Amino acid sequence: MVKAIFGTKLGMTQVFDASGDVVPVTVVKAEPCVITQLKSKDKDGYDAVQIGYGEVKERKLTSPRKGHFQKAGVKATRYLAEIRVEELNGYELGQEIKVSVLEEGESVKVTGVSRGKGFAGVVKRYGFHGGPGTHGSMFHRAPGSIGASSFPSRVDKGKRLPGRMGGQRVTTRGSKVVRVDQEKNLILLKGSTPGPKGGWVLIQEDRKKR
Amino acid sequence: MSSISKVEDAQLRDDLAQFRPGDMVKVHVKVKEGGKERVQIFQGTVIRRQGSGVKETFTVRKVSFGVGVERTFPVHSPNIEKVEVVSHGVVRRARLYYLRERVGKKARVRAKILKKNNAE
Repeated sequence: MVKAIFGTKLGMTQVFDASGDVVPVTVVKAEPCVITQLKSKDKDGYDAVQIGYGEVKERKLTSPRKGHFQKAGVKATRYLAEIRVEELNGYELGQEIKVSVLEEGESVKVTGVSRGKGFAGVVKRYGFHGGPGTHGSMFHRAPGSIGASSFPSRVDKGKRLPGRMGGQRVTTRGSKVVRVDQEKNLILLKGSTPGPKGGWVLIQEDRKKR
Repeated sequence: MSSISKVEDAQLRDDLAQFRPGDMVKVHVKVKEGGKERVQIFQGTVIRRQGSGVKETFTVRKVSFGVGVERTFPVHSPNIEKVEVVSHGVVRRARLYYLRERVGKKARVRAKILKKNNAE
């Protein structure tokens, strides 16, 4: 089975592990996902399954989306993601993916949309150190010099400057699955995950070994 | 939110004795040593209780060989076998940090004298 599931971040708390130590966890509610498309090597050049998650109102769907779900013969979902697989055997359209695909203790990567932080300065956005706050210093949180003068007479591309921060797709790796509750469809992940409470997260196995 | 509180509530313990800051307690702590488990007793005065739900902790202070030792335990930790209340103390505040600056006889908390008929 594909080792990937969508979920909704509920928030953080703490649990006691087997040795009685406190472990900080993020609770993710992962209702069963459904397979909405099979991509084959012959047709698409690679093998993958597309999974869908989340309720969506019928009127919010575009016609092409509607047709896509109709073709698969499944209920429309809000989010879609494609997961590469080695073998397409054993996968069917409409098949459900439950939290049981994840095991306790497993290392996973978690994708989500980070919290939007608005227009942020370089100290917050890039971790610049900033200047002294006091002792007559007039340099506090400004970016400082952003380049030389008459040569090159322009600012280098990619120069780190203030701007919009957050609200981006972020993937964190190496998060551990602490507990899987198959009855309540809950997954407990060690530590934090990207995004606000109520935001979507995609949990996948972490294939890269470190 | 209710799912989170379910995760939390499942870990709450209701088998522990009631105690407040100022009380003298014996905390029976499970200690793992080389695969073996035994129980260690930490006796002292509760100087604070902090937090709520599973996150609640309490701090016990004792003076050991002239050195003040404070240990903080999660109230609902499975590593606590039991908490024995030796005596209830008479205190007027919730955080007994003033005990840290006191030594000797001044560092004591007056014990509540229970009448026989309303003793536990």
